[in-house]
This record gives sequence, C-alpha cells and structure tokens, in this order.
Amino acid sequence: MSDALELVLRTLSVLAAFLVLPLLVGQTEHKVMAHMQGRLGPMYAGGFHGWAQLVADGVKFVQKEDITPRDADRPVFKLAPAVALVPYLVALAVIPLSPTVVAADVDASVLFVLAASAVGILGTLMAGWSSANKYALLGGMRAAAQLLSYELPIVLATASVALAAGTVSLPGIVHAWHPVWLLWQAPGAFCFLLAAVAELQRPPFDMPVADSEIVFGPYTEYTGLRFAFFLLSEYAGIVVMSLLFAVLFLGGWHGPFADTLGWVWTLLKAAVVAVVVIWFRVAWPRLREDQLQRLAWLVLVPVAIAQLALTGVLVVVTS
Amino acid sequence: MSSNQNAPGAPAPKGRGAIPGLIKGLATTARTLARPSHTAEYPDAPPHLPPRTRGVIALLEENCTSCMLCARECPDWCIYIDSHKETIPAPTPGGRERQRNVLDRFAIDFSLCMYCGICIEVCPFDALHWSPEFEYAELDIRDLLHEKERLGQWMPTVPPPPALDPGAPEPAEVAAANKPPRAARPARPATTVRPQPPAPQGDA
Repeated sequence: MSDALELVLRTLSVLAAFLVLPLLVGQTEHKVMAHMQGRLGPMYAGGFHGWAQLVADGVKFVQKEDITPRDADRPVFKLAPAVALVPYLVALAVIPLSPTVVAADVDASVLFVLAASAVGILGTLMAGWSSANKYALLGGMRAAAQLLSYELPIVLATASVALAAGTVSLPGIVHAWHPVWLLWQAPGAFCFLLAAVAELQRPPFDMPVADSEIVFGPYTEYTGLRFAFFLLSEYAGIVVMSLLFAVLFLGGWHGPFADTLGWVWTLLKAAVVAVVVIWFRVAWPRLREDQLQRLAWLVLVPVAIAQLALTGVLVVVTS
Repeated sequence: MSSNQNAPGAPAPKGRGAIPGLIKGLATTARTLARPSHTAEYPDAPPHLPPRTRGVIALLEENCTSCMLCARECPDWCIYIDSHKETIPAPTPGGRERQRNVLDRFAIDFSLCMYCGICIEVCPFDALHWSPEFEYAELDIRDLLHEKERLGQWMPTVPPPPALDPGAPEPAEVAAANKPPRAARPARPATTVRPQPPAPQGDA
C-alpha cells in the first residue's frame, strides 16, 4: 500500500515539476529577452511584473479552435504533440536533483535520458510529415537532418563523462564528479551545450521552424492546445537539457551544504544553463542550413571525439 | 556563393571573424540587460513630451476677433468660423456707437488638420496655441470636429512659452515697454502746405 502511495506521489511530483519548470523557463525567457533588448516584457498579467503571462497564454490556447487540415494524416497529426511532449516528461523522471531527490532511480539513467529525449524529435518529424503542407514538410526534413547531425556530439560528449566516471548512472556520475572536471571535460561540455541547443531547435539552430523562410516549420498547421503542447515541449526540453548539463558537467548537487541543499544547487546550476540558452537566442542570428551541418560535422563531432580520446587516455593512465 | 575565400578549411559559422562577433553579441545583450530599459509605460506613466509638442490646437476665445486669417490660411480648410457684428452703445452720451465681432462658432476638424501650425503662426492676437494634449482619439471620424468649447478646454494644458535663447534680443513687447517715452513734439506751424503728388504724364 505504501509503495503504491509513494509511486503516486513520485509521479505527481514529476508531473508538477514538468508543468511548473518549463513555465518558469518561459517566463524567464520573456523577461530576460525583453531586458536584453531594452524592453520590459509582460507587465500586466497577474499584477506583479506579468508573472502570470504564460498562464494567460495557456488559457488563450485552450479557447482556440483545434483545426486539423483536410488532407492531413489525421491520427499521426493528432498524436504528434504528445510524442513531442511525453519523452521529456519521462526523461525528467530519472534526472537526480540530489542523491535522495530523484523520482525513478534507474541504473543506466544516462542511456535512458538520451534515448527518451531523442524520441521527442520524432514528434516534430511526425508533425512535419502529416501536416500536408510543404512548409511543414521542409521543416520536418530540416529537423530530421539536424537531429541526425547533433545527436552524435551529444552522445559522444556524454560518453566521455560516463567514461570518466566509470558508470552510466547519473547519480554515479555526480558522485564521481570533481571540480577538475570543469576544465578536463570543458570541450565536451561545449559540444554538449551547442548540440543540446540544436536538438531543441532553439535559435541560433532554429532552421526547422525558421519563421522568415518556412512559416513555422512543422508546427505551421497546428492550432490551440496542440500548438501549445509543442511550445511546452520546447521549454520542457530546455529544462531537461539544462538539468542534464548541470548533472553531467557542473557537478549536480556538489556545493556548500550539499547534504541538505543539494537539490537547490542542481536547480540553480540548471537555471544558469537555461539562462545561457536564452542568451544564445537573443544574441545570435540563425545559422544557414549548410552552416548548421558544417558546424556539426566539422567542429562538434571532431571535438567530441577528441574529448572522448582524451578522457579515455587519462582514465587509463590514472587508474 | 561567389566569394568562396574562407570556405575551405575554416567552417563557416566558426570561421575567421565569427568568434569575435559572437562574443560581441553576447556582450552587447548583457550590457543592455544591465541597463534600465527604454520602455515608457505610457498608460500608467505620463509621457515626457517636449515643450513644443504639436498635440492639439487650443483656442483662447477672448483673444479671437473673428478676423478669419486662420481659416483663410489653413491649407486644408479645416477651420470653421461663424460670427456676427454687434453694436455697442456709446458709453457716454453723445459718443460714437462701436461695432465689434462676436464669435458664434469656431471649430477645427482634426480629421482634416495636418498639424502644420500655420493658423497659430498667422493669428495676430494669440488666440490659438499648441497644446501637448494628444489623447482625443474617437471611434467615429466625424467626432473629431471639435467646437470652440472643447478647444477652449485645452487652453489650461498649454505650456508657458519656452525661455529665450541666451543671446536672443528681448521680445518686442518688452522692448516697447522699456523704451523711454517719446519727447513732446514741437508745435506745428499754423499753416502747412502738403506736397502735391506729381501730375500724371501724358503718355500713361
């Protein structure tokens, strides 16, 4: 009985985090982007500095008509937002905030997170293919190409950290973490961060949804709640990738009072990473499709492989 | 691509000159983030308008003599003036009756007005003034025709004239008031002979 209760509680807390953290990131993006551009951002919704802007947006999306194009592949079209959204929820469940604060402690959680978050892109592909719209199709193709190119640096950089720690469990990696890793794994961290931004299709890697070229890419035909789910999945992706970066490269809960405040440290580090991701969006222009592929195959993949080799050599030498 | 000079070897996004530019972009946005924003919270905070703002034209009805100069100079004829003459009885017995213009209607159609300010420039009696007030939008374009009562309500919002430049000559009114009184004229001679205009020539 208590096991079932605990399961329900854990599931509910993951769901709550999944619904609250992306909104926090979204609101931070509203405000940070506005102030980086000399604006104020939302100021009215909710009274105090527009804190409820995204809640109001959600209410608006709920009210909108849910349209499915006549020629669309209806089941696939309707399923796509869920496929984009749910993997991040699953991935969030296994990321540890501290040794005790983790919803599901699985052994090979690194592999699990990578596999789950890669499924999320499938939702974009499904949306692009099923929309019966050439812009959506173009966006879907771009998303596929981007996913293929940038999944590799992510996996290689993560493999380097896992190799250094000697485990594929996220809590195990954080336990093995040492501040020297900040320097040692810096090239891998650089690759991981850029590739994560690309995988989330965030600017400067937002070719799949480039609004000045292909309307809104795979999401062109979506309206109402389904469209909101795609947006939510983007921000949930930022949350997952930021937490993953904090856990893999920034030492998760390591910090003063790690015994009691470990989860705060993880969240703080992830918040900093999320702000950096937002900062990239404000500061940098969108890459062209060929530049995108060049960056992946000529910079990120070689650097990640070199990092892996460096890690391997050092692990062998020091052990 | 026509100029393919830096394509081989260096990857395009991270090629020569890309990194400094990317860092510059990050630095610029961070600096803007640290500074206060430029947004004017208009409906909540009143805007700071310069003193010569051309918001609306206010009418000081007491100064208007219905001379029609403004209406005639208006490039798009958006000023409507109706007036009639009124006879003022002589203030003293045996005195002369006077006539004066009484303003019946003074209206400006702000749907036509192009805010050139010529009417204000030509008014010889300072009856028209620029006011910085601008919140008089209407839902129907016909409601933008404002009569003299409405135009007069804007008079309190007219700012005092800006101070003169340091080197400017003193205003004509002040100069006239400060001039020493004219010396008394010498008495005229008893008979004066006016000079006759020259007689017209025969070839005219």
